Amino acid sequence: MKSGSLNILGLALVGIAGLAVLLLTPRFAELDVVLELTIYMIMAILALSLALIWGYGGILCFGQSAFFGLGAYTYAIAMFNIGESTVPVLLAVMLPAAFAALLGYFIFYGRISDVYLGVITLTVTLILFNSVNSTAGPEFHIGTARLGGFNGIPGIPPLNVPGNKSAVIDLEGMFYLATASLLVTYFGLRLLLASRFGRVIVGIRENERRAELLGYDPRAYKLVTFVIGGALAGFAGCLFANWGNFVSPTIFGLAQSAQIIIWVIVGGRGTLIGPILGCIGIQWLTTALGANQPSGSDWWARIMANAPLIFGIILIAFVLLVPRGLVPTLGDWGGRLLRWPLRRASLALKPKRAEEG
Amino acid sequence: MDLVALLAVQVLYAIASLALISVGLAIIFGMMRVINLAHGEFLMLGGYAAIVATSRGISIWLSMLVIAPIVVGIIGVIVERTIIRFLYGRMIDTMLATWGLSLFLVGLTTAIFGNTTVGISAPLGSIEIGAYRFSTYTLFVIAVAVLVLAAIFAVMRWTRLGLIARGTMQNADMAAALGVNPPRVYAITFGIGAALSGLAGAVLAPVSGVFPTIGVAYVAKSFITVIGGGAAILSGTLSASALFGTINQVATFATTPVFGEVALLAAAIVLIRLLPQGITGRFFRRGL
Repeated sequence: MKSGSLNILGLALVGIAGLAVLLLTPRFAELDVVLELTIYMIMAILALSLALIWGYGGILCFGQSAFFGLGAYTYAIAMFNIGESTVPVLLAVMLPAAFAALLGYFIFYGRISDVYLGVITLTVTLILFNSVNSTAGPEFHIGTARLGGFNGIPGIPPLNVPGNKSAVIDLEGMFYLATASLLVTYFGLRLLLASRFGRVIVGIRENERRAELLGYDPRAYKLVTFVIGGALAGFAGCLFANWGNFVSPTIFGLAQSAQIIIWVIVGGRGTLIGPILGCIGIQWLTTALGANQPSGSDWWARIMANAPLIFGIILIAFVLLVPRGLVPTLGDWGGRLLRWPLRRASLALKPKRAEEG
Repeated sequence: MDLVALLAVQVLYAIASLALISVGLAIIFGMMRVINLAHGEFLMLGGYAAIVATSRGISIWLSMLVIAPIVVGIIGVIVERTIIRFLYGRMIDTMLATWGLSLFLVGLTTAIFGNTTVGISAPLGSIEIGAYRFSTYTLFVIAVAVLVLAAIFAVMRWTRLGLIARGTMQNADMAAALGVNPPRVYAITFGIGAALSGLAGAVLAPVSGVFPTIGVAYVAKSFITVIGGGAAILSGTLSASALFGTINQVATFATTPVFGEVALLAAAIVLIRLLPQGITGRFFRRGL
């Protein structure tokens, strides 16, 4: 019961903090800070997509950036062809979801094990990267949209209010949209995980054979989880294409996939708030490191500006030293600290129970 | 006719290079069940070791065939002792840690060598078949691949080290009970796997050039070759390389090199779906 009340407290805290960020930031912050925060929010949605399928579903997908990139490209291409953003947004969610369904069917119904799953998703990401990267020529186009190959697609038209082509959403509007989407995603996932479906997927993560013997079909449950994750990542990609008005094949790249995994592992598998915090923290670190461009031959500055080096060290350190991630580990310490005086008191008053010994 | 001969050489070369880049990984994966995602970076380090040694005036053959494997082998042993040994039995965590290692090595080499392609020109001249011309170095790569595979076969089949290795692969607990020291076997295995990767990276360096992120180009190909091959190290690597190398080269010939690679990766996914245990899970089961 106690953990239940803690949960509600936590949910309320997240809700209040989220609403505060949503409402207050544009009033008090400069526009460049708002712009920076917008990308954090968008990436946090991407982090949540992997938090769901890896942290709760137990599916380690090395290619979450494939769905992200597909979403971004779908939006861009559809936008050039249609010009009104309602249908492109829907497509940017549905196409990655459909792709995830196809890939997931292949993987889960083939009963491919965890490790192979990682390698297959990695391979798919590389296929997409290689294919899109090589479409630079003018002969590669879908409708009026040129794919651009390694140059990417610049000048993507921004989102508009559904149904009204001329009411374009401005930078501040993007911030509201991204933050609100993140909050909706977070609470939506909490609801999903509290439902019967959520309990079953966690059960499958814990012991697939047992869940199967109890009469659940793990393949179907994993597939649905995977598709939801793909759709979320696609949606994040759609927002990302809007944020910079630009997409390039690097968003399919391994570096992007590695980042998503680092967010989740730093924040903590099996939590939702952890990956959000991990994502924002790492993104902030990336910006800080990138701003600190190497000047001259100062080797320290050169190392600090070298993002892969720092990320590599972070990833190794977390796997070896904090494998559960920050939020669960800190939560444990916090819980122990909170309980400590209570336990001392109860020990003094009551005889110890046998099974505690 | 000339075209057929040329295509045959190209296909053989594709098979040989696939076998060469995957065999180090196959040994590490087959023996230790460790997925080493930093494999591509081991190849990259081998390339750099060869290029640095050559630019210091050492003979190119010596730096490719001796120095590069030794340097990368030592790095492999250090990695095993400092990172991998804490993670045995935690397959997913090993994948993540070696991915971190891969990023770290990419960052480190970028900091040292800069983000540019360096190369050494391929030694040996070229051979003509009718109207076509190809580099003799192609034949050298094929020869190295054949020699490496033959050497592994000989070591595994006829030496004490090979016996211990096969025993540890089949049943690590039993091998330990019979007096083998598994940590030592694992460290040696990882070192040998890394050394072979270094050799492959060095031998392929004149063909592709070396740059810090070249590992990405290698890692997916070598992984699918190893997984497509299945549990047996030699016959698995060989059969999967033969299959994927042919597909890659024929598709490249018909379209572009990029789509050749895409065809290879797509074929691999289909193969893993059809034979989850790899080729040697179904065929050649008694091979090494």
